[in-house]
Amino acid sequence: MSAEQSVVIAAQGINKIFNPGTDEEVIALQDINLNVDSGEFISLVGPSGCGKSTLMRLLGDLLQPTSGDLLVNGKSPRAARLDRDYGMVFQAATLYDWRSVTKNVQLPLEVMGYAKDERQKRAREMLEMVELGAFAEHYPWQLSGGMQQRVSIARALAFDPSILLMDEPFGALDEFTRERMNLELLRIWEQTGKTIIFVTHSISEAIFLSNRIVVMSPRPGRITKIVDNDLPYPRDFKTRGDPAYHNLVSEVRELLRDAIGSGPPGAARAPLRPHEE
Amino acid sequence: MALVNAKGPSLAQRINRRLRYYSPTITVALGVILLWEVIVLLFDIQQFLLPKPSAIFSEFMLQVNLWLAPDEGSLLFEASGATFWEALGGFVIGCGSGILMALITSRWTIISEATMPFAIAANSVPIIAFAPIMNNWFGITNPASKMAIVAIIVFFPTMINTVRGLTLVDAGQLELMQSYAAKPSRIMFSLRIPNALPYIFSALRVASALSLIGAVVAEFFGGPRATLGVYITQEAGAFDFAKAWTAIMMASLIGIGFYLAVLLLERRLMPWHASFREAG
Repeated sequence: MSAEQSVVIAAQGINKIFNPGTDEEVIALQDINLNVDSGEFISLVGPSGCGKSTLMRLLGDLLQPTSGDLLVNGKSPRAARLDRDYGMVFQAATLYDWRSVTKNVQLPLEVMGYAKDERQKRAREMLEMVELGAFAEHYPWQLSGGMQQRVSIARALAFDPSILLMDEPFGALDEFTRERMNLELLRIWEQTGKTIIFVTHSISEAIFLSNRIVVMSPRPGRITKIVDNDLPYPRDFKTRGDPAYHNLVSEVRELLRDAIGSGPPGAARAPLRPHEE
Repeated sequence: MALVNAKGPSLAQRINRRLRYYSPTITVALGVILLWEVIVLLFDIQQFLLPKPSAIFSEFMLQVNLWLAPDEGSLLFEASGATFWEALGGFVIGCGSGILMALITSRWTIISEATMPFAIAANSVPIIAFAPIMNNWFGITNPASKMAIVAIIVFFPTMINTVRGLTLVDAGQLELMQSYAAKPSRIMFSLRIPNALPYIFSALRVASALSLIGAVVAEFFGGPRATLGVYITQEAGAFDFAKAWTAIMMASLIGIGFYLAVLLLERRLMPWHASFREAG
Protein backbone atom coordinates (compact mmCIF):
# COMPACT_ATOMS: atom_id res chain seq x y z
CA MET A 1 0.00 0.00 0.00
CA SER A 2 1.27 3.46 -0.82
CA ALA A 3 2.33 5.79 1.94
CA GLU A 4 -0.12 8.50 0.99
CA GLN A 5 -3.56 7.39 2.00
CA SER A 6 -6.66 9.18 3.12
CA VAL A 7 -8.47 8.03 6.22
CA VAL A 8 -11.95 6.81 5.32
CA ILE A 9 -13.20 5.76 8.73
CA ALA A 10 -12.05 7.20 12.02
CA ALA A 11 -13.78 5.76 15.08
CA GLN A 12 -12.75 6.77 18.57
CA GLY A 13 -14.14 5.56 21.87
CA ILE A 14 -17.39 4.35 20.34
CA ASN A 15 -19.96 2.93 22.73
CA LYS A 16 -23.36 1.55 21.83
CA ILE A 17 -25.88 0.69 24.51
CA PHE A 18 -29.31 -0.69 23.59
CA ASN A 19 -32.24 0.20 25.88
CA PRO A 20 -30.08 2.21 28.28
CA GLY A 21 -31.40 2.53 31.82
CA THR A 22 -33.87 -0.36 31.53
CA ASP A 23 -33.80 -4.01 32.59
CA GLU A 24 -33.02 -4.95 29.02
CA GLU A 25 -29.94 -2.78 28.81
CA VAL A 26 -27.31 -4.34 26.57
CA ILE A 27 -23.84 -2.96 26.08
CA ALA A 28 -23.40 -3.89 22.44
CA LEU A 29 -20.11 -2.10 21.85
CA GLN A 30 -17.55 -0.74 24.26
CA ASP A 31 -14.67 1.60 23.53
CA ILE A 32 -14.24 0.85 19.83
CA ASN A 33 -11.22 2.47 18.22
CA LEU A 34 -10.66 1.82 14.53
CA ASN A 35 -9.10 3.68 11.64
CA VAL A 36 -9.57 2.51 8.10
CA ASP A 37 -7.61 3.87 5.16
CA SER A 38 -8.89 4.30 1.66
CA GLY A 39 -8.80 1.08 -0.37
CA GLU A 40 -8.45 -1.24 2.59
CA PHE A 41 -10.31 -4.54 2.89
CA ILE A 42 -11.22 -4.91 6.56
CA SER A 43 -12.97 -7.94 8.03
CA LEU A 44 -14.83 -7.90 11.32
CA VAL A 45 -14.86 -11.38 12.87
CA GLY A 46 -16.23 -12.66 16.12
CA PRO A 47 -18.89 -14.93 17.63
CA SER A 48 -22.58 -14.05 17.57
CA GLY A 49 -23.39 -11.16 19.85
CA CYS A 50 -19.94 -9.57 19.63
CA GLY A 51 -21.45 -6.51 18.00
CA LYS A 52 -19.77 -6.83 14.61
CA SER A 53 -23.01 -6.23 12.76
CA THR A 54 -23.86 -3.41 15.13
CA LEU A 55 -20.50 -1.78 14.41
CA MET A 56 -21.10 -2.07 10.67
CA ARG A 57 -24.51 -0.51 11.08
CA LEU A 58 -23.04 2.36 13.07
CA LEU A 59 -20.56 2.98 10.28
CA GLY A 60 -23.42 2.99 7.76
CA ASP A 61 -25.61 5.30 9.87
CA LEU A 62 -28.34 2.70 10.20
CA LEU A 63 -27.74 3.04 13.96
CA GLN A 64 -26.26 5.88 15.98
CA PRO A 65 -23.58 5.45 18.65
CA THR A 66 -24.48 6.18 22.26
CA SER A 67 -21.17 8.00 22.66
CA GLY A 68 -17.84 8.41 20.93
CA ASP A 69 -16.54 10.11 17.80
CA LEU A 70 -17.13 8.65 14.39
CA LEU A 71 -16.08 10.25 11.12
CA VAL A 72 -16.58 8.81 7.67
CA ASN A 73 -14.74 10.52 4.83
CA GLY A 74 -14.21 13.37 7.28
CA LYS A 75 -17.96 13.79 7.81
CA SER A 76 -20.58 12.51 10.20
CA PRO A 77 -21.97 9.11 9.15
CA ARG A 78 -25.29 10.82 8.47
CA ALA A 79 -23.68 13.31 6.11
CA ALA A 80 -21.83 10.44 4.44
CA ARG A 81 -25.09 8.56 4.00
CA LEU A 82 -26.82 11.62 2.55
CA ASP A 83 -23.83 12.01 0.20
CA ARG A 84 -24.38 8.39 -0.84
CA ASP A 85 -20.94 7.21 0.21
CA TYR A 86 -22.15 3.73 1.16
CA GLY A 87 -22.97 0.67 -0.84
CA MET A 88 -24.54 -2.01 1.31
CA VAL A 89 -24.78 -5.77 0.90
CA PHE A 90 -26.66 -7.81 3.48
CA GLN A 91 -26.76 -11.51 4.25
CA ALA A 92 -30.07 -11.78 2.41
CA ALA A 93 -29.78 -10.45 -1.12
CA THR A 94 -32.79 -8.16 -0.42
CA LEU A 95 -33.60 -7.88 -4.11
CA TYR A 96 -36.99 -6.45 -4.96
CA ASP A 97 -39.05 -9.39 -6.24
CA TRP A 98 -41.07 -7.22 -8.62
CA ARG A 99 -38.02 -5.90 -10.43
CA SER A 100 -35.98 -7.70 -13.04
CA VAL A 101 -32.26 -8.10 -12.39
CA THR A 102 -31.31 -5.00 -14.36
CA LYS A 103 -34.09 -2.98 -12.71
CA ASN A 104 -32.78 -4.06 -9.33
CA VAL A 105 -29.32 -2.83 -10.18
CA GLN A 106 -30.85 0.43 -11.42
CA LEU A 107 -32.82 0.96 -8.20
CA PRO A 108 -30.26 3.17 -6.41
CA LEU A 109 -29.69 5.09 -9.64
CA GLU A 110 -33.42 5.76 -9.95
CA VAL A 111 -33.56 6.98 -6.36
CA MET A 112 -30.58 9.23 -7.02
CA GLY A 113 -32.10 10.67 -10.16
CA TYR A 114 -29.74 9.36 -12.86
CA ALA A 115 -30.96 9.68 -16.45
CA LYS A 116 -32.37 6.55 -18.06
CA ASP A 117 -29.50 6.04 -20.54
CA GLU A 118 -26.93 6.35 -17.80
CA ARG A 119 -28.86 3.93 -15.58
CA GLN A 120 -29.02 1.29 -18.29
CA LYS A 121 -25.38 1.73 -19.21
CA ARG A 122 -24.21 1.39 -15.63
CA ALA A 123 -26.46 -1.58 -14.94
CA ARG A 124 -25.04 -3.30 -17.99
CA GLU A 125 -21.46 -2.62 -16.86
CA MET A 126 -22.10 -3.76 -13.31
CA LEU A 127 -23.82 -6.95 -14.45
CA GLU A 128 -20.92 -7.65 -16.79
CA MET A 129 -18.55 -7.22 -13.85
CA VAL A 130 -20.39 -9.79 -11.74
CA GLU A 131 -20.73 -11.96 -14.86
CA LEU A 132 -24.49 -11.87 -15.01
CA GLY A 133 -24.86 -9.93 -18.24
CA ALA A 134 -27.01 -12.67 -19.75
CA PHE A 135 -29.49 -12.56 -16.89
CA ALA A 136 -30.46 -8.87 -17.01
CA GLU A 137 -34.12 -9.55 -17.81
CA HIS A 138 -34.58 -12.41 -15.36
CA TYR A 139 -36.48 -12.03 -12.13
CA PRO A 140 -34.74 -12.70 -8.80
CA TRP A 141 -36.65 -15.93 -8.15
CA GLN A 142 -35.18 -17.38 -11.33
CA LEU A 143 -31.64 -17.07 -9.93
CA SER A 144 -29.68 -19.18 -7.46
CA GLY A 145 -28.69 -17.78 -4.08
CA GLY A 146 -25.14 -17.03 -5.25
CA MET A 147 -26.36 -15.26 -8.36
CA GLN A 148 -28.81 -13.18 -6.32
CA GLN A 149 -25.98 -12.10 -4.05
CA ARG A 150 -23.91 -11.09 -7.09
CA VAL A 151 -26.82 -8.94 -8.27
CA SER A 152 -26.91 -7.34 -4.84
CA ILE A 153 -23.18 -6.56 -5.13
CA ALA A 154 -23.71 -5.09 -8.59
CA ARG A 155 -26.51 -2.97 -7.16
CA ALA A 156 -24.30 -1.75 -4.31
CA LEU A 157 -21.57 -0.72 -6.74
CA ALA A 158 -23.86 0.82 -9.36
CA PHE A 159 -23.71 4.35 -7.98
CA ASP A 160 -19.97 4.15 -7.35
CA PRO A 161 -19.95 4.63 -3.55
CA SER A 162 -16.53 4.96 -1.94
CA ILE A 163 -17.27 2.42 0.82
CA LEU A 164 -18.77 -1.03 0.55
CA LEU A 165 -20.35 -2.33 3.75
CA MET A 166 -20.97 -6.07 3.61
CA ASP A 167 -22.79 -7.84 6.43
CA GLU A 168 -22.15 -11.60 6.16
CA PRO A 169 -22.95 -11.47 2.45
CA PHE A 170 -22.03 -15.09 1.77
CA GLY A 171 -23.24 -16.52 5.08
CA ALA A 172 -26.21 -18.26 3.49
CA LEU A 173 -24.28 -19.82 0.61
CA ASP A 174 -22.78 -23.28 0.39
CA GLU A 175 -19.02 -23.73 0.77
CA PHE A 176 -18.19 -24.01 -2.95
CA THR A 177 -20.27 -21.04 -3.99
CA ARG A 178 -18.80 -19.10 -1.11
CA GLU A 179 -15.21 -19.72 -2.20
CA ARG A 180 -16.06 -18.74 -5.77
CA MET A 181 -17.74 -15.58 -4.50
CA ASN A 182 -14.68 -14.78 -2.39
CA LEU A 183 -12.45 -14.89 -5.46
CA GLU A 184 -14.91 -12.81 -7.39
CA LEU A 185 -15.14 -10.21 -4.63
CA LEU A 186 -11.36 -9.89 -4.50
CA ARG A 187 -11.29 -9.37 -8.26
CA ILE A 188 -13.97 -6.65 -7.99
CA TRP A 189 -12.13 -5.03 -5.11
CA GLU A 190 -8.87 -4.93 -7.05
CA GLN A 191 -10.71 -3.63 -10.10
CA THR A 192 -12.58 -0.85 -8.31
CA GLY A 193 -10.29 0.08 -5.40
CA LYS A 194 -13.22 0.43 -2.99
CA THR A 195 -12.83 0.42 0.75
CA ILE A 196 -14.60 -2.69 2.00
CA ILE A 197 -15.83 -3.44 5.50
CA PHE A 198 -16.77 -7.10 5.62
CA VAL A 199 -18.56 -8.78 8.51
CA THR A 200 -18.22 -12.55 8.75
CA HIS A 201 -17.98 -15.32 11.29
CA SER A 202 -15.79 -17.42 9.07
CA ILE A 203 -12.14 -17.12 10.07
CA SER A 204 -10.82 -18.52 6.82
CA GLU A 205 -12.97 -16.19 4.75
CA ALA A 206 -11.77 -13.16 6.72
CA ILE A 207 -8.13 -14.11 6.26
CA PHE A 208 -8.47 -15.01 2.64
CA LEU A 209 -10.09 -11.68 1.78
CA SER A 210 -8.83 -8.89 3.96
CA ASN A 211 -5.62 -7.02 4.63
CA ARG A 212 -6.59 -6.46 8.26
CA ILE A 213 -8.82 -8.55 10.52
CA VAL A 214 -10.63 -6.95 13.42
CA VAL A 215 -11.16 -9.69 16.02
CA MET A 216 -14.05 -8.95 18.35
CA SER A 217 -15.26 -10.48 21.61
CA PRO A 218 -18.79 -10.51 23.03
CA ARG A 219 -20.50 -9.17 26.14
CA PRO A 220 -19.67 -6.36 25.90
CA GLY A 221 -18.62 -6.14 22.25
CA ARG A 222 -14.99 -5.09 22.12
CA ILE A 223 -12.08 -5.19 19.73
CA THR A 224 -9.71 -7.87 21.04
CA LYS A 225 -7.04 -7.29 18.45
CA ILE A 226 -6.51 -6.01 14.95
CA VAL A 227 -4.48 -8.56 13.02
CA ASP A 228 -2.41 -7.47 10.03
CA ASN A 229 -2.52 -9.84 7.12
CA ASP A 230 0.48 -9.46 4.79
CA LEU A 231 -0.38 -12.31 2.44
CA PRO A 232 0.26 -10.87 -1.00
CA TYR A 233 -2.50 -9.95 -3.43
CA PRO A 234 -3.73 -11.13 -5.85
CA ARG A 235 -4.79 -14.14 -3.84
CA ASP A 236 -6.15 -17.34 -5.29
CA PHE A 237 -6.67 -20.97 -4.35
CA LYS A 238 -2.93 -21.36 -3.74
CA THR A 239 -3.15 -18.77 -0.97
CA ARG A 240 -5.08 -21.27 1.13
CA GLY A 241 -2.09 -23.65 0.91
CA ASP A 242 0.40 -21.03 2.12
CA PRO A 243 1.84 -21.82 5.62
CA ALA A 244 1.50 -18.11 6.50
CA TYR A 245 -2.22 -18.43 5.79
CA HIS A 246 -2.50 -21.32 8.22
CA ASN A 247 -0.51 -19.48 10.87
CA LEU A 248 -2.95 -16.58 10.60
CA VAL A 249 -5.92 -18.92 10.85
CA SER A 250 -4.50 -20.43 14.05
CA GLU A 251 -3.70 -17.01 15.47
CA VAL A 252 -7.21 -15.66 14.90
CA ARG A 253 -8.78 -18.87 16.14
CA GLU A 254 -6.71 -18.63 19.30
CA LEU A 255 -7.78 -15.01 19.80
CA LEU A 256 -11.43 -15.94 19.32
CA ARG A 257 -11.16 -18.84 21.75
CA ASP A 258 -9.81 -16.52 24.42
CA ALA A 259 -12.52 -14.00 23.59
CA ILE A 260 -15.33 -16.50 23.97
CA GLY A 261 -13.81 -17.95 27.12
CA SER A 262 -13.79 -14.56 28.81
CA GLY A 263 -17.56 -14.21 28.98
CA PRO A 264 -20.19 -16.46 30.57
CA PRO A 265 -21.78 -18.62 27.87
CA GLY A 266 -25.40 -17.83 27.11
CA ALA A 267 -25.26 -14.41 28.77
CA ALA A 268 -27.14 -11.43 27.39
CA ARG A 269 -26.99 -11.17 23.62
CA ALA A 270 -27.34 -8.19 21.43
CA PRO A 271 -30.91 -7.88 20.19
CA LEU A 272 -31.48 -9.60 16.87
CA ARG A 273 -32.60 -7.68 13.86
CA PRO A 274 -35.69 -8.96 12.10
CA HIS A 275 -33.86 -10.23 9.05
CA GLU A 276 -31.05 -11.88 10.98
CA GLU A 277 -31.46 -15.61 11.76
CA MET B 1 -40.22 -9.72 -22.29
CA ALA B 2 -37.39 -12.10 -23.10
CA LEU B 3 -37.51 -14.48 -20.17
CA VAL B 4 -36.03 -17.94 -19.79
CA ASN B 5 -37.04 -19.23 -23.19
CA ALA B 6 -37.72 -16.62 -25.81
CA LYS B 7 -39.67 -19.17 -27.83
CA GLY B 8 -42.61 -20.40 -25.77
CA PRO B 9 -44.60 -23.54 -26.52
CA SER B 10 -46.91 -23.35 -29.53
CA LEU B 11 -50.58 -22.48 -29.18
CA ALA B 12 -51.65 -26.09 -29.77
CA GLN B 13 -49.24 -27.30 -27.12
CA ARG B 14 -50.53 -24.72 -24.68
CA ILE B 15 -54.17 -25.62 -25.25
CA ASN B 16 -53.30 -29.29 -24.92
CA ARG B 17 -51.48 -28.67 -21.65
CA ARG B 18 -54.35 -26.58 -20.27
CA LEU B 19 -56.85 -29.27 -21.21
CA ARG B 20 -54.85 -31.94 -19.47
CA TYR B 21 -54.48 -29.67 -16.43
CA TYR B 22 -58.22 -28.99 -16.11
CA SER B 23 -59.60 -32.32 -17.27
CA PRO B 24 -59.83 -33.85 -13.73
CA THR B 25 -61.80 -30.78 -12.55
CA ILE B 26 -64.16 -30.95 -15.50
CA THR B 27 -64.65 -34.68 -15.00
CA VAL B 28 -65.52 -34.18 -11.32
CA ALA B 29 -67.99 -31.39 -12.16
CA LEU B 30 -69.75 -33.46 -14.79
CA GLY B 31 -69.75 -36.47 -12.46
CA VAL B 32 -71.40 -34.52 -9.64
CA ILE B 33 -74.11 -33.17 -11.96
CA LEU B 34 -74.76 -36.64 -13.32
CA LEU B 35 -74.93 -38.12 -9.80
CA TRP B 36 -77.34 -35.35 -8.77
CA GLU B 37 -79.63 -36.14 -11.71
CA VAL B 38 -79.53 -39.89 -11.02
CA ILE B 39 -80.23 -39.49 -7.30
CA VAL B 40 -83.22 -37.21 -7.91
CA LEU B 41 -84.63 -39.73 -10.41
CA LEU B 42 -83.79 -42.80 -8.34
CA PHE B 43 -85.24 -41.61 -5.04
CA ASP B 44 -88.06 -39.71 -6.73
CA ILE B 45 -87.20 -36.47 -4.91
CA GLN B 46 -89.87 -33.76 -5.16
CA GLN B 47 -88.88 -30.83 -7.35
CA PHE B 48 -89.51 -28.32 -4.50
CA LEU B 49 -86.88 -30.14 -2.43
CA LEU B 50 -84.30 -30.48 -5.16
CA PRO B 51 -84.94 -30.01 -8.88
CA LYS B 52 -83.01 -32.04 -11.43
CA PRO B 53 -80.02 -30.33 -13.06
CA SER B 54 -81.71 -30.94 -16.41
CA ALA B 55 -84.79 -29.04 -15.21
CA ILE B 56 -82.63 -26.13 -14.06
CA PHE B 57 -80.80 -26.15 -17.36
CA SER B 58 -83.96 -26.15 -19.46
CA GLU B 59 -85.34 -23.28 -17.35
CA PHE B 60 -82.08 -21.46 -18.00
CA MET B 61 -82.35 -22.06 -21.76
CA LEU B 62 -85.97 -20.83 -21.68
CA GLN B 63 -84.78 -17.59 -20.06
CA VAL B 64 -81.98 -17.25 -22.59
CA ASN B 65 -84.51 -17.55 -25.42
CA LEU B 66 -86.79 -14.98 -23.77
CA TRP B 67 -83.83 -12.69 -23.33
CA LEU B 68 -82.76 -13.01 -26.96
CA ALA B 69 -86.30 -12.65 -28.34
CA PRO B 70 -86.77 -9.17 -29.81
CA ASP B 71 -89.91 -8.03 -28.02
CA GLU B 72 -89.82 -10.21 -24.96
CA GLY B 73 -87.67 -9.88 -21.88
CA SER B 74 -86.21 -12.17 -19.28
CA LEU B 75 -86.81 -11.14 -15.67
CA LEU B 76 -83.95 -13.44 -14.69
CA PHE B 77 -81.44 -11.67 -16.91
CA GLU B 78 -82.76 -8.27 -15.90
CA ALA B 79 -82.36 -9.26 -12.26
CA SER B 80 -78.86 -10.62 -12.88
CA GLY B 81 -77.83 -7.36 -14.53
CA ALA B 82 -79.19 -5.27 -11.65
CA THR B 83 -77.46 -7.38 -9.02
CA PHE B 84 -74.25 -7.40 -11.02
CA TRP B 85 -74.17 -3.59 -11.11
CA GLU B 86 -74.92 -3.35 -7.40
CA ALA B 87 -72.12 -5.74 -6.58
CA LEU B 88 -69.68 -4.11 -8.98
CA GLY B 89 -70.51 -0.58 -7.81
CA GLY B 90 -70.14 -1.54 -4.17
CA PHE B 91 -66.93 -3.43 -4.93
CA VAL B 92 -65.32 -0.47 -6.70
CA ILE B 93 -66.43 2.09 -4.11
CA GLY B 94 -65.57 -0.10 -1.11
CA CYS B 95 -62.23 -1.44 -2.34
CA GLY B 96 -61.21 1.91 -3.81
CA SER B 97 -61.83 3.78 -0.60
CA GLY B 98 -60.28 0.95 1.44
CA ILE B 99 -57.03 1.21 -0.51
CA LEU B 100 -57.14 5.01 -0.37
CA MET B 101 -57.69 5.01 3.40
CA ALA B 102 -54.82 2.55 3.82
CA LEU B 103 -52.50 4.77 1.80
CA ILE B 104 -53.45 7.81 3.86
CA THR B 105 -53.28 6.14 7.26
CA SER B 106 -50.05 4.26 6.69
CA ARG B 107 -48.34 7.47 5.64
CA TRP B 108 -48.64 8.58 9.26
CA THR B 109 -47.89 5.75 11.66
CA ILE B 110 -49.84 7.42 14.46
CA ILE B 111 -53.07 7.49 12.47
CA SER B 112 -52.76 3.89 11.30
CA GLU B 113 -51.99 2.69 14.83
CA ALA B 114 -55.02 4.59 16.10
CA THR B 115 -57.44 3.41 13.40
CA MET B 116 -56.35 -0.20 12.83
CA PRO B 117 -57.98 -1.63 16.00
CA PHE B 118 -61.29 -0.07 14.92
CA ALA B 119 -60.93 -1.42 11.40
CA ILE B 120 -60.19 -4.91 12.72
CA ALA B 121 -63.15 -4.70 15.15
CA ALA B 122 -65.43 -3.41 12.40
CA ASN B 123 -64.31 -6.26 10.18
CA SER B 124 -65.84 -8.79 12.58
CA VAL B 125 -69.20 -6.98 12.73
CA PRO B 126 -71.93 -8.69 10.63
CA ILE B 127 -72.36 -5.70 8.32
CA ILE B 128 -75.25 -7.37 6.50
CA ALA B 129 -77.35 -6.66 9.62
CA PHE B 130 -77.29 -3.02 8.54
CA ALA B 131 -79.19 -3.84 5.33
CA PRO B 132 -82.60 -2.68 6.69
CA ILE B 133 -80.96 0.54 7.91
CA MET B 134 -79.49 1.18 4.48
CA ASN B 135 -82.93 0.53 2.97
CA ASN B 136 -84.21 3.31 5.22
CA TRP B 137 -81.37 5.66 4.35
CA PHE B 138 -81.29 5.26 0.59
CA GLY B 139 -84.72 3.83 -0.19
CA ILE B 140 -85.57 0.14 -0.54
CA THR B 141 -85.68 0.14 -4.37
CA ASN B 142 -82.63 2.35 -4.78
CA PRO B 143 -79.58 0.30 -5.87
CA ALA B 144 -77.48 2.62 -3.70
CA SER B 145 -78.82 0.88 -0.57
CA LYS B 146 -77.33 -2.44 -1.75
CA MET B 147 -74.15 -0.82 -3.04
CA ALA B 148 -73.66 0.78 0.35
CA ILE B 149 -73.86 -2.60 2.08
CA VAL B 150 -71.42 -4.16 -0.39
CA ALA B 151 -69.07 -1.20 -0.09
CA ILE B 152 -68.99 -1.39 3.71
CA ILE B 153 -68.51 -5.17 3.64
CA VAL B 154 -65.49 -5.05 1.31
CA PHE B 155 -64.01 -1.84 2.74
CA PHE B 156 -62.56 -3.24 5.95
CA PRO B 157 -60.77 -6.36 4.68
CA THR B 158 -59.31 -4.34 1.80
CA MET B 159 -58.11 -1.56 4.07
CA ILE B 160 -56.65 -3.92 6.68
CA ASN B 161 -54.80 -6.02 4.11
CA THR B 162 -53.46 -2.97 2.29
CA VAL B 163 -52.14 -1.44 5.51
CA ARG B 164 -50.44 -4.78 6.25
CA GLY B 165 -48.83 -4.86 2.84
CA LEU B 166 -47.64 -1.29 3.13
CA THR B 167 -46.15 -1.73 6.59
CA LEU B 168 -44.87 -5.34 6.56
CA VAL B 169 -41.84 -4.45 4.48
CA ASP B 170 -38.64 -6.48 4.72
CA ALA B 171 -36.26 -4.70 7.11
CA GLY B 172 -33.30 -5.17 4.78
CA GLN B 173 -35.15 -3.79 1.77
CA LEU B 174 -36.07 -0.75 3.86
CA GLU B 175 -32.54 -0.22 5.14
CA LEU B 176 -31.34 -0.33 1.57
CA MET B 177 -33.59 2.63 0.76
CA GLN B 178 -32.27 4.42 3.85
CA SER B 179 -28.72 3.84 2.72
CA TYR B 180 -29.66 5.57 -0.56
CA ALA B 181 -31.03 8.50 1.48
CA ALA B 182 -34.38 7.98 -0.29
CA LYS B 183 -37.31 10.28 0.43
CA PRO B 184 -40.45 8.85 2.09
CA SER B 185 -42.44 9.36 -1.11
CA ARG B 186 -39.86 7.35 -3.05
CA ILE B 187 -39.98 4.58 -0.45
CA MET B 188 -43.77 4.62 -0.78
CA PHE B 189 -43.83 4.24 -4.56
CA SER B 190 -40.78 2.05 -5.11
CA LEU B 191 -41.06 -0.24 -2.10
CA ARG B 192 -44.24 -0.05 -0.03
CA ILE B 193 -46.82 -0.06 -2.81
CA PRO B 194 -45.26 -2.89 -4.89
CA ASN B 195 -44.79 -4.81 -1.64
CA ALA B 196 -48.50 -4.32 -0.85
CA LEU B 197 -49.79 -5.52 -4.25
CA PRO B 198 -50.00 -9.23 -3.33
CA TYR B 199 -51.80 -8.29 -0.10
CA ILE B 200 -54.18 -6.00 -1.99
CA PHE B 201 -55.00 -8.65 -4.54
CA SER B 202 -55.65 -11.33 -1.96
CA ALA B 203 -58.07 -8.85 -0.37
CA LEU B 204 -59.69 -8.13 -3.74
CA ARG B 205 -60.19 -11.82 -4.41
CA VAL B 206 -62.00 -12.22 -1.09
CA ALA B 207 -63.90 -8.99 -1.75
CA SER B 208 -65.04 -10.19 -5.18
CA ALA B 209 -66.89 -13.09 -3.57
CA LEU B 210 -68.10 -10.99 -0.64
CA SER B 211 -69.56 -8.32 -2.89
CA LEU B 212 -71.92 -10.72 -4.62
CA ILE B 213 -72.92 -12.36 -1.33
CA GLY B 214 -73.50 -8.90 0.13
CA ALA B 215 -75.66 -7.75 -2.79
CA VAL B 216 -77.85 -10.89 -2.92
CA VAL B 217 -78.33 -11.12 0.85
CA ALA B 218 -79.07 -7.39 1.09
CA GLU B 219 -81.76 -7.95 -1.54
CA PHE B 220 -83.33 -10.61 0.69
CA PHE B 221 -84.25 -7.71 2.98
CA GLY B 222 -86.23 -6.16 0.17
CA GLY B 223 -85.56 -4.49 -3.15
CA PRO B 224 -86.92 -4.10 -6.67
CA ARG B 225 -88.51 -7.19 -8.27
CA ALA B 226 -85.74 -7.39 -10.85
CA THR B 227 -82.85 -8.31 -8.57
CA LEU B 228 -81.53 -11.80 -7.89
CA GLY B 229 -82.16 -11.78 -4.14
CA VAL B 230 -85.78 -10.77 -4.54
CA TYR B 231 -86.19 -13.12 -7.51
CA ILE B 232 -84.95 -16.08 -5.47
CA THR B 233 -87.20 -15.34 -2.46
CA GLN B 234 -90.25 -14.75 -4.70
CA GLU B 235 -89.83 -17.87 -6.85
CA ALA B 236 -89.02 -20.02 -3.84
CA GLY B 237 -92.10 -18.61 -2.11
CA ALA B 238 -94.16 -19.55 -5.17
CA PHE B 239 -92.66 -23.09 -5.10
CA ASP B 240 -91.07 -22.59 -8.53
CA PHE B 241 -87.77 -24.06 -7.46
CA ALA B 242 -86.36 -24.57 -10.92
CA LYS B 243 -86.52 -20.77 -11.33
CA ALA B 244 -85.04 -20.13 -7.89
CA TRP B 245 -82.17 -22.51 -8.62
CA THR B 246 -81.54 -20.93 -11.99
CA ALA B 247 -81.18 -17.58 -10.25
CA ILE B 248 -78.77 -19.14 -7.75
CA MET B 249 -76.79 -20.49 -10.68
CA MET B 250 -76.67 -17.02 -12.25
CA ALA B 251 -75.43 -15.54 -8.98
CA SER B 252 -72.71 -18.20 -8.86
CA LEU B 253 -71.69 -17.53 -12.45
CA ILE B 254 -71.41 -13.78 -11.80
CA GLY B 255 -69.40 -14.48 -8.64
CA ILE B 256 -66.98 -16.76 -10.50
CA GLY B 257 -66.71 -14.20 -13.31
CA PHE B 258 -65.84 -11.51 -10.79
CA TYR B 259 -63.20 -13.66 -9.19
CA LEU B 260 -61.64 -14.54 -12.55
CA ALA B 261 -61.57 -10.88 -13.58
CA VAL B 262 -59.64 -10.02 -10.40
CA LEU B 263 -57.29 -12.97 -11.01
CA LEU B 264 -56.64 -11.80 -14.56
CA LEU B 265 -55.88 -8.26 -13.42
CA GLU B 266 -53.53 -9.68 -10.80
CA ARG B 267 -51.58 -11.59 -13.44
CA ARG B 268 -51.35 -8.51 -15.60
CA LEU B 269 -50.09 -6.29 -12.80
CA MET B 270 -47.81 -8.73 -10.99
CA PRO B 271 -46.13 -11.04 -13.49
CA TRP B 272 -43.35 -11.66 -10.97
CA HIS B 273 -45.49 -13.09 -8.22
CA ALA B 274 -44.65 -16.45 -6.68
CA SER B 275 -48.07 -18.03 -7.03
CA PHE B 276 -47.84 -17.98 -10.84
CA ARG B 277 -44.39 -19.52 -11.10
CA GLU B 278 -45.64 -23.08 -11.34
CA ALA B 279 -48.49 -22.36 -13.74
CA GLY B 280 -46.11 -20.58 -16.14
